[in-house]
Amino acid sequence: MEPFKPLAAVAAPLPIPNVDTDQIIPARFLWRKRPDGWGHLLFHDLRFDDKGAPKPQFVLNRPEYGAARILVAERNFGCGSSREHAVWALYDYGIRCVVAPSFGDIFFNNCMQNGLLPVQLPAQSAADLIGALQHAPGLNLGVDLEQQWVMGPDGVTHAFAIDPFRKECLLAGADEVAFTLGLAHKIESFEQSYERKLTWL
Amino acid sequence: MQAEPATMFDKIWSAHAVETRPDGATLLHIDRHLVHDGSSNAFRMLKQRNLKVRRPDRTFATPDHYVSTLGRDLAAINEPSRRSMVEDLEAHTRASGVTLFGLQDRRQGIVHVVGPEQGLSQPGMIIVCGDSHTATHGAVGALAFGIGASEVAHVLATQALWQSKAKNMRVSVDGVLAPGVHAKDVILAIIANIGAGGGSGHVIEYAGSAIRSLSLEGRLTICNMSIEAGARAGMVAPDDTTYQYLQGRPYAPKGADWDKALAVWKTLPSQDGAEFDREAHLDAAQIAPMVTWGTSPAAAAPITDVVPDPAAASDANSRQAMQSALAYMGLTPGSPLSEISVNRVFIGSCTNSRIEDLRAAAKIADGRRAVVPSMVVPGSGLVKAQAEAEGLDLIFRRAGFEWREPGCSMCVGMNGDLVAPGDRCASTSNRNFVGRQGKGARTHLLSPPMAAAAAVTGKLTDVRQLMRP
Repeated sequence: MEPFKPLAAVAAPLPIPNVDTDQIIPARFLWRKRPDGWGHLLFHDLRFDDKGAPKPQFVLNRPEYGAARILVAERNFGCGSSREHAVWALYDYGIRCVVAPSFGDIFFNNCMQNGLLPVQLPAQSAADLIGALQHAPGLNLGVDLEQQWVMGPDGVTHAFAIDPFRKECLLAGADEVAFTLGLAHKIESFEQSYERKLTWL
Repeated sequence: MQAEPATMFDKIWSAHAVETRPDGATLLHIDRHLVHDGSSNAFRMLKQRNLKVRRPDRTFATPDHYVSTLGRDLAAINEPSRRSMVEDLEAHTRASGVTLFGLQDRRQGIVHVVGPEQGLSQPGMIIVCGDSHTATHGAVGALAFGIGASEVAHVLATQALWQSKAKNMRVSVDGVLAPGVHAKDVILAIIANIGAGGGSGHVIEYAGSAIRSLSLEGRLTICNMSIEAGARAGMVAPDDTTYQYLQGRPYAPKGADWDKALAVWKTLPSQDGAEFDREAHLDAAQIAPMVTWGTSPAAAAPITDVVPDPAAASDANSRQAMQSALAYMGLTPGSPLSEISVNRVFIGSCTNSRIEDLRAAAKIADGRRAVVPSMVVPGSGLVKAQAEAEGLDLIFRRAGFEWREPGCSMCVGMNGDLVAPGDRCASTSNRNFVGRQGKGARTHLLSPPMAAAAAVTGKLTDVRQLMRP
């Protein structure tokens, strides 16, 4: 996983509540393998028409947002299925941070596993950012994970909270499996005493 | 000093904490890890790192998403990319020593039907699976939740998972459910009430007399759709209904172990005075048979209602979302839900493919005739066998329904069982998202008897009008 570095990049507004992972990556593509690359499939049916041509009105198809690396979304973004492919599609497309008032819980965790930062902001702050980005398309947002803020085009910073362990892993680009394997002795002794008690397992 | 009264979630959580960091992140031991034919990326991640499955004895597999519902041969999966997903699962489980309920095994089925059916899902356990409907297993009094591919790889390698503790939420449904009202109607009413994100960041405990009076299968339906309310996990405290359901199942404890397990399970329910961060209450008597009209499971209403008007939405974005949902669904505000014609009916999925679901649907289909293409996909080989022993397959076939082999099928269409663009499907599955059952497909979620009613009338129908004494 790539370490998460401070970001200043074009942000695209997506003011639709409850964007589910079927919208982010339709189920018919899920048989593909991780290294196959997923960016071109992001938001497939929202982005492309039946003939595969880009729909000009979809936000990521507008030239002003062509370089977007940040998405500002509405509530419950990434709800639905556990498919990590949704995060892979965003990541491979180039998105490094999604800002929203709330997220699907599984999607939120999947982001953390892939170096994509999900930032939860109060609904009003997210709405203000969306308003600013729609008013002047192509503006940058700043994101600093170390300091835990998002900076709007107006220079106003919005502080966000994040689980310290997840923050540490994202900043370091840590390999969680390797870290946990370092605790193998604790896992082993837990399992022994646990299985002594619950003999039927 | 007396300890604070704990919720069931609190108790299960602390019993599985291998390591808790000062910042709260906890490494949880995982009792059961269920894998399916969508888990191949996770096995590949493991292989890349040259790691083994740490506890093959705690890991159980069955193919469900990509299997054909027309036959049990691999060759029945006529699309090579799909067939390779099932072949991959067979190869990965063989190489790692994980128990597989394969295509030729009567125990094969939808992973969330198989787990409880085999007695693999037990009270007090932590159960994970790379599928968001893993919450289903919470119905036996377990903490069960869906995870992504990286977390699946992590559990395969370590039999443990880092998590931050969710908050406690309790949804109480009290009173008596009216005739014709199914567990599916209860959960749709709950989601409509609290919203598609109403349980985000929480584990929901379903409580109250109406939940208590449900069968275990009804509770599985309720917990199954927790994720549709935004909650990763939903659970019901174990009671005699749970114990009667589990006793004698293949992987349930036996003999002296059963008594020992029972003594532990009885300590699990939330204590009186335990604090919940959020509470919601529903009156069971007010719940009617439900259908969804939009593209989020929260867009549900009683069948006696009309398509709602976006003008009544609380804010501009919600109004816009409602307008595009109605445009996608091809519905007009104010028109009665019971006048919506359907082209197709699907009875199946991890929400509603168990024997009680099939019995309830068969009761409505019996002696009538489906007027639109309708199919029944049992949740497992054992459910199918049971239904056939009871003659339900004959009832369905005589009524013109297709009787298929077990799998996820038309809930998500990954095996090719798709709803055609623009077609409208009455479905007992769990998601009515845009394109969920196929590109351009329009989904109305409802209960199994309501689906059977739609099949025989060709439109969304209040099942109470078709009920016989």
